[in-house]
Amino acid sequence: MAVLLFELSLTFYFAATIVSIIELFRGSKATSRLILIFAVVGFLFHTATIVIRYVVAGHLPIVSLHEASSFYTWCIVLIFFYLEYRYRLDLLGPFTMPVVFIFMLSSSIFPREIRELSPVLQSYWLGIHTFLAFLGDAAFAMAFGIGMMYLIQEHHLKSKHLGGLFQRLPNLQILDEVNYRLITLGFPLLTLAIITGAIWAESAWGSYWRWDPKEVWSLITWFIYALVLHARLTAGWRGRKAAVLSIVGFLSVIFTFFGVNLLLKGLHAFV
Amino acid sequence: MKIIVIGLNHKTADVDVREKLAFNGPKLEEGLLKIRELPGVSEAIVLSTCNRVEIYVSSKHPDTTYETIKGFLSQFHGLDSAALERSLYFYKDRDAVKHSFRVASSLDSMVVGEPQILGQLKDAFEFALGKKTTSILLNRLMKKTISVAKRVRTDTRIAENAVSISFAAVELARKIFTDFSEKSFMLLGAGEMAELAAKHMMSFGVKSVTVANRTYERGCDLAKEFNGQAIKFEDFLREMVHSDIIICSTGAPSYVLHKEEMQRVMKERKQKPVFIIDISVPRNVDPEINHLANVYLYDVDDLQGVVDTNVMERQKEARKAEEIIEEEIDSFEKWLASLDSVPTVIALRSMAENIKKEELERLMNKLPELGEKERKAIEHMASAITNKLIHPPTVALKEDAEDRDALIATIKKLYALNGDDQEDHG
Repeated sequence: MAVLLFELSLTFYFAATIVSIIELFRGSKATSRLILIFAVVGFLFHTATIVIRYVVAGHLPIVSLHEASSFYTWCIVLIFFYLEYRYRLDLLGPFTMPVVFIFMLSSSIFPREIRELSPVLQSYWLGIHTFLAFLGDAAFAMAFGIGMMYLIQEHHLKSKHLGGLFQRLPNLQILDEVNYRLITLGFPLLTLAIITGAIWAESAWGSYWRWDPKEVWSLITWFIYALVLHARLTAGWRGRKAAVLSIVGFLSVIFTFFGVNLLLKGLHAFV
Repeated sequence: MKIIVIGLNHKTADVDVREKLAFNGPKLEEGLLKIRELPGVSEAIVLSTCNRVEIYVSSKHPDTTYETIKGFLSQFHGLDSAALERSLYFYKDRDAVKHSFRVASSLDSMVVGEPQILGQLKDAFEFALGKKTTSILLNRLMKKTISVAKRVRTDTRIAENAVSISFAAVELARKIFTDFSEKSFMLLGAGEMAELAAKHMMSFGVKSVTVANRTYERGCDLAKEFNGQAIKFEDFLREMVHSDIIICSTGAPSYVLHKEEMQRVMKERKQKPVFIIDISVPRNVDPEINHLANVYLYDVDDLQGVVDTNVMERQKEARKAEEIIEEEIDSFEKWLASLDSVPTVIALRSMAENIKKEELERLMNKLPELGEKERKAIEHMASAITNKLIHPPTVALKEDAEDRDALIATIKKLYALNGDDQEDHG
């Protein structure tokens, strides 16, 4: 059942991605609406998948790479809906859905069996710590998409080539604002995730911080976003610089997420 | 009944001819009513704008009606008819419908995609409706025309891109800033072009306006006009720290704003984006400034480039619009055809023939003993009855009377002739 729902969800995200590509070349009100409809349907199936796994496993399904990337995708789509509802940015769908699809696809590649959770990790901190971390990282993912949109639009305006997506991309000010909003949302979430992680580590392994690769990379990510916010407030690093930094920050997020698990081994090996 | 269009526009006639032919003020009503009274004219609409004068008419005999109207125009406006002839175009049937669709969709306009023409056409139609000079055919044509123009507007991007320099500037500003009402605007120098661009910008409502001009008094005058404040020219750099949109046209022979100065300004305003429009020739703003972060500098050539691309963009969209129009003409023609009496006459006749044949067969089967002579006589009588029954409606249909369209509908209903489509009577 959960497998079928997962495949359905993946299919709808795929459909949304295909329409997104069409939207980039030949956009209309119909295509942007279709993207949203597919995303909503995909999201509903996705939610059902997660709920079923939660019920079966008895904890938030984020203890394998399959579950983690699936849940991360879910968080991204959630924030995407929030942005659609709040700002209605043209072309946001085409800059989001391909990323969503890729994460969902990568989730489908990893083994799907429901794993036993080792006793040390059985704690309510699992849900709190990971949910905060994932939601924060999802905000950074959306900031990445918005940052890309900013860079493209800025390039159009600076180079004075006003064809392509220029007419349909939103204005620079709103893109910069939303980018900033997302980072101010993601940063405290990441901070809290690190703090709750430390507390949990203390109760599970007896020490707050063990320089595990995931911890180190989370800290690097944290510093990048701290720099984004700090430079913006003090030196007026907005616009292009902020957009570039939000892209760099997201690469760090991705590495923390996948790279650490696949390339380096540590305490967080399961996630 | 045929639809015809007679008229002239900016392509076929110079402005002095258009002026003379215009139906201005009271002339519109007088002209419209007189045209409606002309022999052969059943319906009339007069569209008169500064770029075109067109008369939409329905008539039984297009060619003679064209001559009649041409004669009327030259007499009514006191124009030499030979001169008039050279400027006039004349469309009938499908071409007339197409012309009507193209005009309303702004494909025939001087600036393709400009939005005013549709409103002007609506006004002309409503005026004619008010004077009761139209009926089923032109009413239908106009309603269809308006809906086609709307479809073209929504299905293509024909009206989306600015095609004048000052509008291009506004369009660019809207891709840099979200909300003009929180933006400050500065005019550096007070040239005529700057004033025009400023007016467009102002129509979108900015927070404040500052004018810095070399002659302070002239600056004050302009500031008053825009409800803003004037400052001394020397102070403009200090003011730039608070200005988000700057239009520059000082007429100075060299740069008045250099890169280093702008760098300092940007630092002071904490890198908040600035849009600078330099419409002075020679340029007054160092083009290097465009390379600074969060500064967007456009000079006249850049803006002209934007306009040129947009014009090309519109032409591309115009081709899409032409396709839509061809489609819509087909659907309109179908409706026109359904008004035609010939199919109705045929349908009526074949219905009668069918009844006759059926009844005769039934009778002959019942009475096989009848001889050849009797059979002939009975068949003859049956034909006579059916012919006499359908004769009056056939004549009425062929009569080409004023109310024929209504008559056709009635006959179809009375005899249950489900002829070809009655599609979208909207």
